[in-house]
Amino acid sequence: MATETLTLGKALNAGMRKALENDPKVVIMGEDVGKLGGVFRITDGLQKDFGDQRVIDTPLAESGIIGTAVGLAIRGYRPVCEIQFDGFVYPAYDQIVSQVAKMHYRSRGKLKIPMVIRIPFGGGIGAVEHHSESPEAYFSHTPGLKVATCANPQDAYVMIQQAIASDDPTVFLEPKRRYWEKGPVEVDQPLPEAYPLQAARIARPGTDATLIAYGPMVRTCLDAATAAAEDGRELEVIDLRTLAPLDLGQVYESVRRTGRAIVVHEAPSNIGLGAEVAARITEECFYSLESPVLRVTGYDIPYPASRVEEEYLPDLDRVLDAVDRTFGW
Amino acid sequence: MAKGDPGVSTRGRRAVPRSRKGATGDPELVQLLTPEGERIESVTGPDGTEYRVDFTDEEYRGFYRDLVLVRKLDAEATALQRQGELGLWASLLGQEAAQVGSGRALRTQDMAFPTYREHGVLYCRGIDPIMPLGLFRGVDQGGWDPNEFKFNMYTIVIGAQTLHATGYAMGVTMDGKTGTDEGEAVIAYFGDGATSQGDVNESFVWASVFNAPMVFFCQNNQYAISEPLERQTRIPLYRRAAGFGFPGVRVDGNDVLASYAVTRHALDNARHGQGPSLIEAYTYRMGAHTTSDDPTRYRIASEVEAWQAKDPIARMKAFLVKQKIADDDFFAEVDEQAKRESVHLRERVLEMPNPEPSSMFDHVYPNGSPLVDQQRAQFTQYLESFEGSAH
Repeated sequence: MATETLTLGKALNAGMRKALENDPKVVIMGEDVGKLGGVFRITDGLQKDFGDQRVIDTPLAESGIIGTAVGLAIRGYRPVCEIQFDGFVYPAYDQIVSQVAKMHYRSRGKLKIPMVIRIPFGGGIGAVEHHSESPEAYFSHTPGLKVATCANPQDAYVMIQQAIASDDPTVFLEPKRRYWEKGPVEVDQPLPEAYPLQAARIARPGTDATLIAYGPMVRTCLDAATAAAEDGRELEVIDLRTLAPLDLGQVYESVRRTGRAIVVHEAPSNIGLGAEVAARITEECFYSLESPVLRVTGYDIPYPASRVEEEYLPDLDRVLDAVDRTFGW
Repeated sequence: MAKGDPGVSTRGRRAVPRSRKGATGDPELVQLLTPEGERIESVTGPDGTEYRVDFTDEEYRGFYRDLVLVRKLDAEATALQRQGELGLWASLLGQEAAQVGSGRALRTQDMAFPTYREHGVLYCRGIDPIMPLGLFRGVDQGGWDPNEFKFNMYTIVIGAQTLHATGYAMGVTMDGKTGTDEGEAVIAYFGDGATSQGDVNESFVWASVFNAPMVFFCQNNQYAISEPLERQTRIPLYRRAAGFGFPGVRVDGNDVLASYAVTRHALDNARHGQGPSLIEAYTYRMGAHTTSDDPTRYRIASEVEAWQAKDPIARMKAFLVKQKIADDDFFAEVDEQAKRESVHLRERVLEMPNPEPSSMFDHVYPNGSPLVDQQRAQFTQYLESFEGSAH
């Protein structure tokens, strides 16, 4: 099996290339995705190789991108839409929530909208406002949408292909601050034998407490686990991968072993993914818990000016602080 | 027309005569100063309006000074970004005349709604030019008081501000503040890319049916990041106005005098209760979309060079020299001032403090929130836990 070392961004590019090769109905569309290759170069070279009928620079209108992609999907295409930044998705929110999410249900299964909506999300890159947000809860809360996010190049490569191959409309969140992180990618892994899209994974096994994360925070939790190991604490890190639907079987199994759980995400805590995960753990693992499930998240404020984003975002210290608190209970 | 009578068909606009050719040979472009610095006495726009300006020598020199200062400060901001002092910068290079011309056309009582590139308009409004650098440095999200300066915060989400401007303009009408020379007008800035957004098209509808005292000022700089104008429109943008029921005009956006003339005319129409209009300032983004962008990936050098020949400052200088309105001493003095102000800007940017981290919890709600208060207290306690440690 061929293994290449790729950045997360290049792995996404390779995954989309493969999808374009495998299925003539796959089209990529968005602002600047063609000639420029996207502002993060995630679609770099695809228009050159597949033409401007399959890699489409759209007019500058997010609602237009998603709305026309609905029509293309009804017509039998598999649109892969790029929203340039997290904070720019909201003009398309109506189309996503009211149209994309409900078409299959309303048509009693007669219509499928096999659409992928790629969104670079999260902070940590020193950007101006509207470029660092974590909108996953809005979409995860919407029945009819699947929401997935990758945390390393291998998953980026596999999961983007799975999302494109899936008939379910999928919001695919890309951890933009991890775009440049490298890792091994098995590039000729056949998709049907790969893990299913909505499967969580144990990113690091441990025995003393369970850290639950996704997207950009998986790396942060792995670093925290490394640091904690030096203090003699073995933390298990679980990467949820898919946020809607949640795959919590391994989480429950882990928490039953460790008795302690901490959910970590960049998004604000209030009514966020952490709340859902904590509630489900409490329901399923109540008698195994040694302490309440804790959350380490962004604060419940608008994403602040970038010079204080390091204080806003969960980091290794804040995760370890929560670990201390869960052991001090 | 009586106040509060927004009759669409009775606005008393002049019948549309055949366009007269301007000196450029382009029937669609209002121009009062050619790229070679020749003055055109007057030009008739597509709706029959005659545009002319009559400035004193001092005022002509003032325009030149504004253009040079605005460009120099912008260049300094770009340099500061390159040196890591700003996270990002959206340069206005090439668009100085559109911004200074329209910015100077605003009267004190007029309100402006910018995008994130209107540093030149901001300058004309009398706002400290360091303000947008705070935003792009990441120490704040727009430091000026929009009401004090009649210049709203920058809006980064494309086109959203056009609706805000329209609503503000509706408020002006509701307050009875149109219909006289002292009436208020509102200007919304946006770009060619934004014209594809639903918000912008909705603002056209709103402004039209409510006869809002609005000027839509579109700086068509030919590119939305990498996408050329052809990806947004098949007709000249100013002609879209007709479909919404108000006049549109295309002005040479590299001509500060024409930009002033058409904007002043449109603003005065608006303040007198004659409703909205669209100005397409035809210009060119000489630099990158932002410092994160690499325009060599999507446009060719010869195109940039062709626009270089239409430079807004060079033509103003040529005009001043030909007309003997300014001499070498004047140009040297302006350059000196620009240099002085840019050095001063740089010094102050380097001294800009990072915000106090706990200040991020301020101003989330006018009436506060127990949740935010609790998190602020936890945050403070958390920071204190590091005191005395090596952290």
